Amino acid sequence: VPHYARGAIGFIERVLREFLIPEDDAYGRPHGRRRMLYRVRLAARALWPDYRGGDKDEVQLEIYEHWLEPVEAGEEKQP
Amino acid sequence: MSANHDHPHAPLPSTPDKPGEWEILEIAVRELAIEKGLITADDHRRLIEYLDGATPALGAKLVARAWLDPDFKARVLADGSIAWRELGITNYDRTNLIVLENTPTVHNLVVCTLCSCYPRPLLGLPPDWYKSAAYRSRAVRWPRSVLAEFGTVLPDEVAIHVHDSNADMRYIVLPMRPAGTEGWSEAQLAAIVTRDTMIGVTVPRTA
Repeated sequence: VPHYARGAIGFIERVLREFLIPEDDAYGRPHGRRRMLYRVRLAARALWPDYRGGDKDEVQLEIYEHWLEPVEAGEEKQP
Repeated sequence: MSANHDHPHAPLPSTPDKPGEWEILEIAVRELAIEKGLITADDHRRLIEYLDGATPALGAKLVARAWLDPDFKARVLADGSIAWRELGITNYDRTNLIVLENTPTVHNLVVCTLCSCYPRPLLGLPPDWYKSAAYRSRAVRWPRSVLAEFGTVLPDEVAIHVHDSNADMRYIVLPMRPAGTEGWSEAQLAAIVTRDTMIGVTVPRTA
């Protein structure tokens, strides 16, 4: 996960499909573990309080399932 | 200075005398692969020629087709991978494609914060600035400043969606068709769809 997105709370934009995970791909194991990949939306203002731009600006990125954690309803309001 | 070369500029940097570490590594691996008969020198040359031959004209064809054919547009937005088959483009690096539609309320911008992931079969090799540390870091952090530096100033009411191609997908922006292009042919439309409009740092213009 890129450093800027670690610990951030966001929403699933879409579910992609399973891909070889980087932990295996990087070590030349093409038949290694495969995990579901998601597109995640993160509000720019939530990532960076001093962000300059509209409140609806966002960053979308791809995160594998084993690097995501569910959050409780209401928790998304907290930083 | 000749008539064709009348702009002043600083002396161009000359090629370094010695190859760098990565260049030596590349040469060593390539020569070993050729010596062992895994590939031929001509295979290597042909691949480089092919990579250099892919140009943004292929992506422009996708955009122009989507502007003219609502059914194609719906299909390619739902699943970018239909582009290879329907446009007859060789997906040489097995790119998984997502097409991002610009609308009056959303402007899309593509970056790879890790390195240089880019929809190469559709746009060719990425420009040097796309690979620069400055673009890769600032496009996510200060996208509106980056866009302004490319001459693209958008009101805050238009949401900026920055797409980090940080894993397995590649992204191309489907810009909005500009006014004044009614009745244009696919080729006429494709001519105004430049590389930068499909990365999202600018928008197509008719003049």
